[in-house]
Amino acid sequence: MTLVRLAETARARVAFTLDGAPAEALEGDTLLTAILANGTHVRTSEFGDGARAGFCWMGACQDCGVWVVGLGRQRACATPVRAGMEVVRL
Amino acid sequence: MSAPVSTVAVVGAGPAGTRAAEVLVRAGLRPVVLDEAPDNGGRIFQRPPPGFTRPYEALYGSVAPQARALHAAFDGLRGRVDYRPSTLAWHLRPGTLHTLSDGQAGQVDFAQAILCTGAMDRVVPLPGWTRPGVTTLGGAQIALKTQGCAIGRRVAFLGTGPLLWLVAMQYAKAGATVAAVLDTTPLATKARQAPALLAGGRAFLTGLRMMAWPRLHGVKVVEGATPLEITGTDGVDGLRYRGGGREHVLACDAVAMGWGLKPETQLADLAGVPFDFDLVQRLHLPRRNDAGRTPVVGIYLAGDGARIGGAELAELQGARAAWSVVEDRGLPLDLPEIARLDRAIAAQAGFRRALDLAFPYPHALAAEMPDATTLCRCEAVTAGELRAAAAPHDLNRAKALTRLGMGRCQGRVCGPPGAEVLAAALGCEVSEVGRLRGQWPVKPVPLSMAAE
Ligand SMILES: Cc1cc2nc3c(=O)[nH]c(=O)nc-3n(C[C@H](O)[C@H](O)[C@H](O)COP(=O)(O)OP(=O)(O)OC[C@H]3O[C@@H](n4cnc5c(N)ncnc54)[C@H](O)[C@@H]3O)c2cc1C
Ligand code: FES
Repeated sequence: MTLVRLAETARARVAFTLDGAPAEALEGDTLLTAILANGTHVRTSEFGDGARAGFCWMGACQDCGVWVVGLGRQRACATPVRAGMEVVRL
Repeated sequence: MSAPVSTVAVVGAGPAGTRAAEVLVRAGLRPVVLDEAPDNGGRIFQRPPPGFTRPYEALYGSVAPQARALHAAFDGLRGRVDYRPSTLAWHLRPGTLHTLSDGQAGQVDFAQAILCTGAMDRVVPLPGWTRPGVTTLGGAQIALKTQGCAIGRRVAFLGTGPLLWLVAMQYAKAGATVAAVLDTTPLATKARQAPALLAGGRAFLTGLRMMAWPRLHGVKVVEGATPLEITGTDGVDGLRYRGGGREHVLACDAVAMGWGLKPETQLADLAGVPFDFDLVQRLHLPRRNDAGRTPVVGIYLAGDGARIGGAELAELQGARAAWSVVEDRGLPLDLPEIARLDRAIAAQAGFRRALDLAFPYPHALAAEMPDATTLCRCEAVTAGELRAAAAPHDLNRAKALTRLGMGRCQGRVCGPPGAEVLAAALGCEVSEVGRLRGQWPVKPVPLSMAAE
């Protein structure tokens, strides 16, 4: 999945890590946006039926779960990215 | 002895919750207003995070004045309501809401609660719909409105209903490439409702303009389309569909899909509000009267969380339900204002019904989905597995057998199409298979919290 930034691109940059690798997002991004700006998926289905990248973007479908060090399992679409966050895709 | 609880709780700070809180404050009350979102506005008028700069007109289009008015109304209440943003109500027991805020458990004891929980997209699963690059229509809109992003370089819009045409237009206007608008409702179905839709006045004209927009701007439009499969390897590379008696493949790298909305009724369910099957919306909906009262004392419903009616109706219903609370507490009423609200609510009924009929949920499409289609995306249950387990005449028994609807989303997504698949397999009416009952926590919370 390729997210395309169409507007609001003048925001400050935020550094975080994705699966241990340095990554960059913009202030005000949710983790869903932040991850999809750096990769093509958000999680892998535990049932072996492929990659997922969220669905509803509103905290309802629960298909965007990621692990944030210190915070535990979070919905990427409902969690703002913060500088230094360590995000692990499940 | 502690004093009796007298708090009014409002769940949801969208159009319905905002107007409810406004009336309560006017009556001299100080309600607790909680919303899972970090800011007020609800879905249609969701505010972008701090630091975003696009003006109201760019964010909300033709309803920018309403957005501005609603935000101003809420801002005027700050300090006079106990506003708790980023607070999820994950359980409702008699007189108590259990909350989660910033990882902390809490509770709100209430005498009355007005549930203004809004809605989410209603979908029809189809092969490939779990791929990265496929979102709900609402999701595609949220990406644009609150994150300034398009979900792909070439986005196909699939489904039916006003949101389909609205989000496609918003994408195109924001500079995204719209691959096509595929509406599963044939033009004739919509045209039949035109006389009744005329009653909508300005809303009808806005709708017509929205539906003309793609055609006027050279965007491909197919009405009466039947989606077959979303194709791709890692993500999305196309959408296979039938239209005009032939099969086509539309090249795209993202698909936004949705077939109208469904209310978020889990808290009403936990409160013990009875549900009735609604023949037009083909959903079990919580029972309440036009004044927002439910059969459960102290529980009131308003807005899209009770029955889909759109933002304008949600505002009216929020205010009306709050007046019911005021009345039930024996406080003075503004009778002319209540009469005005009742008239305005009644006046919308014909238009809303016509809208439901003009953009019906394509239940046959859901009922006939191929066996291999993932129906429940949380637990990866296929339509075929549900059909194979279709002995019990009840969706909840089928859930126990197949794990359909048992996953993290609690059947929010797969419930309605699952009911259609099960009913068709059994050869009965969809109303007869029941509905997936709401369970707490209505959204996942840390285990330690649920254990308390
Ligand atoms: C994604 C999406 C986009 C939409 N976009 C449009 C649009 O552009 N134009 C249009 O006319 N209509 C749109 N709609 C339809 C929309 O439902 C109505 O227009 C309107 O927002 C309904 O107002 P409401 O107050 O009933 O609910 P909402 O505006 O949905 O507000 C409900 C609020 O309750 C909160 N909430 C729900 N459950 C809980 C809980 N358990 N704990 C805490 N808080 C909770 C939610 O976070 C939300 O803020 C959209 C709907 C969705 C789902
Ligand atoms: S995308 Fe649905 S919960 Fe995050």
